[in-house]
Amino acid sequence: MSEILILSIIIAISAGLASGYLGSLMVLEKMALVGDALSHVALPGLALGLIFNFNPFIGAFITLYLSAIVIWHLGRVTRLGFETLIGAVFTLALAVGILITPEPELLEALFGNISSVTHVDAIITVLISAASVILTRMIYRSIILSLISEELAFSNGIKVARTNLIFLLLVSTIVAIGIKITGTLLVGFLVIVPAAAARTISQNLARYSLTSSAFGVFSASGGILLSNYLNLPPGPLVVLTGISIFAAVVILKMFRKNF
Amino acid sequence: MESLLLQVSDLSVKLQNRVILENISFNLEKGKTLAIVGPNGAGKTVLFRTLLNMVPYSGKIRWFRDVKIGYVPQKLSVKDVPISVREFLSFKSSSNIENSLTLVGLNPDDILDRSLSVLSGGQLQRVLIAWAIANEPDVLLFDEPTTGVDIESEEAIYKMLNELKEKRGITILLISHEVHIIKEYSDYMLALNKCMTFFGRSENIGDLNVQKIIFGEPVCLSILRTE
Repeated sequence: MSEILILSIIIAISAGLASGYLGSLMVLEKMALVGDALSHVALPGLALGLIFNFNPFIGAFITLYLSAIVIWHLGRVTRLGFETLIGAVFTLALAVGILITPEPELLEALFGNISSVTHVDAIITVLISAASVILTRMIYRSIILSLISEELAFSNGIKVARTNLIFLLLVSTIVAIGIKITGTLLVGFLVIVPAAAARTISQNLARYSLTSSAFGVFSASGGILLSNYLNLPPGPLVVLTGISIFAAVVILKMFRKNF
Repeated sequence: MESLLLQVSDLSVKLQNRVILENISFNLEKGKTLAIVGPNGAGKTVLFRTLLNMVPYSGKIRWFRDVKIGYVPQKLSVKDVPISVREFLSFKSSSNIENSLTLVGLNPDDILDRSLSVLSGGQLQRVLIAWAIANEPDVLLFDEPTTGVDIESEEAIYKMLNELKEKRGITILLISHEVHIIKEYSDYMLALNKCMTFFGRSENIGDLNVQKIIFGEPVCLSILRTE
């Protein structure tokens, strides 16, 4: 097994785990497509990095965090839902991104490329994923309570607005690290499908969040392995692996009611 | 004055430039039950949200002593959340879960590992009350406690609330539409229709003149009435 492949799998396992875990909250929050839409906001950031010769992922982080803060603030001012606001800004970001991204790198930015990963990439991804998992765990209870009843959360001392901001910043972080594997076009998958599969077979939070994280790991690492053996872009193969898991879960559910 | 728990004076709430509550004033003693009545849109739930400090207001809300408030909301969205009763209650208290469930008449062994989404209306309300009493609150705010619950369970829930009040000296504020419940299970009632149209002893709800005030054309009270 080549060193690049080992590093790629380390990245896939950490990013898959973090996306699966955070995705379990996003699916419940009806924000499944928010990760997808938000991912397009990364494109102009990636492009700026390529144009001005700094790490494109730093550019992606900057545009994602900026847009998350703007969206959160607009949400408080206008009382519009996150999905609506993100929907309003992501097409603009995508248009600008496509216009300014140099053509050779556009395909890589859109569909992911893990063939050129370095040790530093792997270390950064592992650290950011671990921090994201810890932060997600810290806000998990608050998000779930706000979902069940905002009043219940408030009367229990939860700062709903602050929790939402941390949540949006976490979504931006997960999107930024997921881009390396699947590209901007398919990164939404990592937060949607593992959680959707887990939701189908879970009656409690512990099982749901654990299963979603595990499916995230299997989808991302399975896709990377397939990409290596078939010599095809990783993004579409990660998606196909995850969808196969989802299909298997649905079929099992159909045959075993209590699964 | 010694047993006074809550004092509300000239409370007004405006949301998006619309007056929701105007000049509400009342007092509540410790260990009593106050029923809040009024038509839809009268501001009952907003009054609760204001008492919980969730919305901006003018006037004065004074809780005597450092009260712990347990809140049971009217609506819960549990259908889409895979959460067990044990997980839900553990958000509130790590030690008192089984005791709280027993107090509300539920068997912990039967219910702890069930999903909230599969409980009946009555069971869910009891779990919510268990949640609200888990950290031994001084006050319970109860927004339409028996919405979606059959008549038998409704009586059982109010009886249980009454027992809790007597055993633990909890003060209860509840929103209700039902005359017989208000008469039987509350000490005072506050009628709202944006402003306060009646405040007095709940036994008066049988009086036709009082019913006219509560359910007829609103006539706002300008001064606090205690009897």
